[in-house]
Amino acid sequence: MTGRPSPTTDTAAGGRGTRRALPYAVHTRGLTKTYPGGQDAVRGVDLTVATGEMFAFLGPNGAGKSTTVSMLCALKRPSAGDAWVAGANVLTESHLVRRRVGVLFQHSALEPDLTCAQSLQLHARLHGLSRSDARSRTGQVLSAARLAEHRHARVRTLSGGMRRRLDIARALLHEPRVLFLDEPTAGLDPPARARLWQHLRRLREDERITVFVTTHYLEEAEYCDRLAIIDHGRIVAHGTPAGLKSALGQETVRLRTSDNRRAAALLRTDHGRTAFDGCEEVTVPVTDSAEWLPRLCATLGAHGIHIHRATATVPTLDDVFFHHTGRPFEPESGTP
Amino acid sequence: MTTARVPSRVSHTGEDGVRQELRAVHALITRDWLRLAANPTNTVLMLLQPLLFLLAFGGGLSALVPDSAVGGQYRAFLYPGILLMAIQAPAISVGIRLITDRYNGTIRELLVTPARRSSLLCGICLGGCATATAQGAVLLALAPAGGLPYRPLPLAGLLAELALAAFTVTALALVPAVHTRRPETFSTLLALTSAPLLFGSGALVPLSTLPSWVTTAAALNPLAYATDLLRRTAGPTTAAGVHWGTWQPPPALEAGVLLLTAITALLCTAHRFGRTDDMT
Repeated sequence: MTGRPSPTTDTAAGGRGTRRALPYAVHTRGLTKTYPGGQDAVRGVDLTVATGEMFAFLGPNGAGKSTTVSMLCALKRPSAGDAWVAGANVLTESHLVRRRVGVLFQHSALEPDLTCAQSLQLHARLHGLSRSDARSRTGQVLSAARLAEHRHARVRTLSGGMRRRLDIARALLHEPRVLFLDEPTAGLDPPARARLWQHLRRLREDERITVFVTTHYLEEAEYCDRLAIIDHGRIVAHGTPAGLKSALGQETVRLRTSDNRRAAALLRTDHGRTAFDGCEEVTVPVTDSAEWLPRLCATLGAHGIHIHRATATVPTLDDVFFHHTGRPFEPESGTP
Repeated sequence: MTTARVPSRVSHTGEDGVRQELRAVHALITRDWLRLAANPTNTVLMLLQPLLFLLAFGGGLSALVPDSAVGGQYRAFLYPGILLMAIQAPAISVGIRLITDRYNGTIRELLVTPARRSSLLCGICLGGCATATAQGAVLLALAPAGGLPYRPLPLAGLLAELALAAFTVTALALVPAVHTRRPETFSTLLALTSAPLLFGSGALVPLSTLPSWVTTAAALNPLAYATDLLRRTAGPTTAAGVHWGTWQPPPALEAGVLLLTAITALLCTAHRFGRTDDMT
């Protein structure tokens, strides 16, 4: 190893085709990216992803997810901090990082006029595979993506979901240890998104790899073992989906009223509760919603505020985001 | 569905360096062939332009240009210039494609592979060179139309020189391409430079008939060396070629100038291409 010492205990480069278990698939320390002009896209990200995990990197658009992935794939150079991916340092061993990771970018760059098999074989050769290995790996990944019967179809004739599966197949050609997927379900309809997640879970079992997924769909993060929430370039929370939700330890009463602003003010003064006035509803964190719901409704009714709708919810990832950032999760709310 | 796992043959350690780099270069050349085959209309249209020039421009001007000015038939004089035109368009299109590939993310897909940036750049340049030479070869097959008999040796020589010229033009086109983000800017730059370079090279009209400053400037024009090289191989000519003062460099030196130009251009491109932050 010529690079900086890795925090992993087993970083010895494996021989041809070996895959030693590394405790961490991804480890970053103070990872920062500042673009020319002083714009901070990523501000000191500390992340640890264990080998074999399915990890979600959640955040609104523009929060810094894609920039982080680009740095972890040794495509962009960090302005500060350090990162190790699959046992290699992104700064000093970028060629090893690129050899060991597979990447699926947000926008597919498959050649529309080539057939699926041509496209994959070319990519396999770009990764240095011999002609026969490229052919056999192409057959394997096309089968895994359930696209074997489309091997001679031109890429432009595939549906959006099939194209994404082909993209994933391409990212797996060189048998990466870590698979990065940047917004893999963007632009797909809900059934295609569900099928893609099913496909990812199966791949993780079959290929035995670490999967690192960025998404701005909260519900998708639930499919993962652990997740980190990034906002304005900083990690605001990380843990398992269940752990993050239970850490809030509270439920939420949501009230849609005739005057949300006044209702929130009243609940704050009369009950001493933290009440957030959203654009459509008032949200009130409580410990026991069954007890608090009638009390809050009675108070508002006594002040002549009509309640159109009242619901009580257990914590969701949206609540986790809200708790850590002070605003609801809106996919477009990040800085560009 | 589960995939049957076979023993992995993929190296994650960077062994087999040179062989893997060559595979990446080969993949990029193959990609250009496949792109060419997938879009035959564009290929035919690119070939039509020089053919039209040979038939229309050559036929029309041969009546105006006296044979004494070119030391033979004008059509035979024009033919090497037409060959150069045939490779110029596809070679330059590599630059345009680099910009569009960068825009649609294809370049990023290349840069995330373990291949060295210099290998990728070589592959892109050689891919453009190979397809451009192939298009030049199609015109070479029509040699009798340009007043050149079918003789294997000169034709093979012309093909090799076309490949060298295509390599140089591709490398030169890549210099502005890696520094430009918008295809429009690149097209404007091409419109501004390609026609003057072609006319100032003596490809279409003899350098001796052009103003003396153009003749002097031809010594700095790579296309002038390419034209001269092709013309001297096509057959004996009395048309004045590139001169350094009063001395005319021999063909081998002209080929050397072209190669040196290409290498210098590639080095300029490699510097920028290696900065992935700028290319993604």
